[in-house]
Amino acid sequence: MKTEKAGSGHASSIPGPDTIQRREYPNGMVVLVKENFSSPVVVIDGVLRFGSVDVPRTQAGLAGFTTDVLMRGTQRRTFQQIYEEIESVGAALDVSAGLNVAGFGSKSLAESLPLMIDLLADVIQHPTFPEAEVEKVRGEILTDIDERANDTRRMASLTFRELLYPEAHPYSASATGYVETIRAIGRDDLERFYRERVGAGGMIATIVGAVKADEAFGRWEDAFGNWAGATSHRSPLPAAPRLSDVRRKSVVVPGKTQSDLILGYVGPRRTDPDYFPAALGNTVLGVFGLYGRLGAKVREKGGMAYYSYSSLEGGLGPGAWNVMAGVSPANVERAVELVRGEIRRMCNAKIPAKELADNKAYITGTLPLRLETNDGVADRITDMELYGLGLDYLQKYSDTVNAITAQQVQAAAQKYLDADAYALAIAGPANLQSAMTEPAAGN
Amino acid sequence: MAAKTKKRPARRPRIAVRDGVLKATLDNGLTVILKENHNAPVATFWCWYRVGSGHEHSGITGVSHWVEHMLFKGTRKYPERAVDQLVSREGGVRNGFTWLDFTTYFETLPAGKIDLALDIEADRMVNAVFAPKEVDSERTVIISERQGNENSPHFLLGEVLQASAFLVHGYHHETIGHLCDLQSMTRGDLYAHYRTYYAPNNCVAVAVGAFEAKDLLRRVDKAFGRNKPGPALPVTTSVEPEQRGERRVTVEGDGTTAYLDMAYRVPEARHPDFTPLVVLDAILAGASGLSMFGGGTTNASSRLYRALVDTELAADVSGALVPTRDPYLFTLGATVRQGRTPAEVEAALDAELQKVIDQPPAQAEVDKAIRQARAQFAYGSESVTHQGLWYGFSEMFADYTWFENYLDRLAQVTVDDVHRVARTYLARSRRTVGHYTPKRQG
Repeated sequence: MKTEKAGSGHASSIPGPDTIQRREYPNGMVVLVKENFSSPVVVIDGVLRFGSVDVPRTQAGLAGFTTDVLMRGTQRRTFQQIYEEIESVGAALDVSAGLNVAGFGSKSLAESLPLMIDLLADVIQHPTFPEAEVEKVRGEILTDIDERANDTRRMASLTFRELLYPEAHPYSASATGYVETIRAIGRDDLERFYRERVGAGGMIATIVGAVKADEAFGRWEDAFGNWAGATSHRSPLPAAPRLSDVRRKSVVVPGKTQSDLILGYVGPRRTDPDYFPAALGNTVLGVFGLYGRLGAKVREKGGMAYYSYSSLEGGLGPGAWNVMAGVSPANVERAVELVRGEIRRMCNAKIPAKELADNKAYITGTLPLRLETNDGVADRITDMELYGLGLDYLQKYSDTVNAITAQQVQAAAQKYLDADAYALAIAGPANLQSAMTEPAAGN
Repeated sequence: MAAKTKKRPARRPRIAVRDGVLKATLDNGLTVILKENHNAPVATFWCWYRVGSGHEHSGITGVSHWVEHMLFKGTRKYPERAVDQLVSREGGVRNGFTWLDFTTYFETLPAGKIDLALDIEADRMVNAVFAPKEVDSERTVIISERQGNENSPHFLLGEVLQASAFLVHGYHHETIGHLCDLQSMTRGDLYAHYRTYYAPNNCVAVAVGAFEAKDLLRRVDKAFGRNKPGPALPVTTSVEPEQRGERRVTVEGDGTTAYLDMAYRVPEARHPDFTPLVVLDAILAGASGLSMFGGGTTNASSRLYRALVDTELAADVSGALVPTRDPYLFTLGATVRQGRTPAEVEAALDAELQKVIDQPPAQAEVDKAIRQARAQFAYGSESVTHQGLWYGFSEMFADYTWFENYLDRLAQVTVDDVHRVARTYLARSRRTVGHYTPKRQG
């Protein structure tokens, strides 16, 4: 093997305790900085501890509506001023609510970092919720919900979560919301949600790129060190038991030529001990090569789908572990049977040694690719903090993956997957037969 | 390995090194572009073929894209799925793309493993099998891909818009191809296309990453040198005639959301007016991300956002200006807000376009577009895959210096240039307007 060019001396070492600096602050925030001067770019990536789980179903969409409006006006800037400042320097800056946490971040040239931190502090700490902007955002969300109703992938996803989680569980509701909930949310609701939920406690900010660590810490401290905001505590999530039967629902989206299906399960939390074996199992099932075993069966052998893969959400709560496929409406049942067959195989048989070794090599070998950009590094450092993985997580990553046994993967599959008890959502045209177009269908 | 063959007479690739980029042509006609980047221990390798949907004719539309799929279906050396599995096992990613002017394949790997990519690409340039069974199986996969596209109103409208904008040129159909052609094309059609266009003299190989360029050139020569040049390439003679007046199309479909697209005929990437058009696009609809992989920034401070979205006529607006080999389209698109109509959005869009036709933009707007491009360039430099894409892509319609000199050209654009191209190319007689109108439901 050729020796890589030495002397440039950067980036070939995996980020760890020696290169990531971490500081905790009295207001509850944690800031992490990793210097990287190989390009003149700085990325900020972080989380705030609020999300759509903090909203009752009757107000579905409130968390996302709130973050959208944060960007619409502050005590010092109008909506147009905010975006003029961001876009004038070619930067990107965003705050958006997820399920368990809200993410924020920016990407800019290093010279624009002070502006990015000032803008983030302004929109997060001093929003004014201008009435006119609230109405603009409301209209945009309603149009988006309209588009969703005509989008088979999104309708399959919406339906899948409703099937998978109990109605009382916040994961069952749409994070975007519904027409009736978005119409009912008033400016006061947004402001109250902000006041009660958005605060510095548990905030994580990761800064990666062409900036000295001391300067990054100093600027962040100046902007956020005195901020407290909301201090409310979250109520624990209700239980999300695994399913004991098949829950299946088809949604008609008229005029479509392809059906999208999602079949899946309640999966592990990111912090559960069997997350890693489950993640390796997921790679075998629907990622490795071109979509793992599912790709081989549904796309390559069956010739049925352009895409057929699996994903494992992880996250702070029990996210989904699911399979997604886009197939001709006439092939839905065949595809479901092929998927169930592969699920059964995951549960019933240990993964052969060579296949397991190949998948481990993929997971560990692609780490340098995922750490190539500042975004990639920042994203992983934030996760390390959010899930308490430790600053040496990436450095131990290969050892952790390589220590997983076939028995552990099978045990995780048996715990979470079941070929005879799952949620299945299908979104596609009404009349399956009339949508048959390909001559080879059924061959 | 099969590469260990009898000794060949020494060849001397013609090499030019400029601003850290090594460009060489092998004896068999393969163009090689190599750029060292030691920021991370990774490398990317691309093979770009000068053939895309713009080279296709009726009856075999979609053939370039289908051939791309077949190159993942195996050679004797790397049978079906072997490439996917090998690249994954070595910690890499790979993919292929087909578009108007090109078909391309890439692998990005830990730098020490990049020779695997060379071997895969050299092999499948000439040895893909196209087994009849695999052709049949892939037919349904590609039809499924097309059906997935058809699920999107944007695709349905875009397909009709493109067909209306081009009467003659191969740019008139979508890269995926027409359904009837996907149903009827034969293995012979696919294989003939492959044997015609897949040859070293129709390919640009690009590598960016942590390697020593001259050493890698020797390895590229070793891997590809034995591939013989192909026959003379067909000459495409299609020239789109002048457009004589505005064209209008309507697509009716399900859903409850309406969309508006406007496509203006604009020159090819090499044309001197292309760069001022990039600035015009940024002023009207925001900065582009300079990537096929998305990115870019928001566009809330752009003129069209203020005129259409701030005024609550549209939910979003975007612009697309694609660098191409032959004249193509500058497209503006908007999602019509609930309770509004495409006609209202079109009227507001026209009013805004008239302003940029009547008055030159402010110097500050041009400066902003240049700053945005500078930032996008810096972001792109973080990723070897992104750089490999641009060095190869620019060779498909110009040469790699088009990409390298992009910021310099932008910096020379004046407000008068932008005003001139707005007056020239935003003429209604040069455009095709498309409305997607939903059949309102119950």
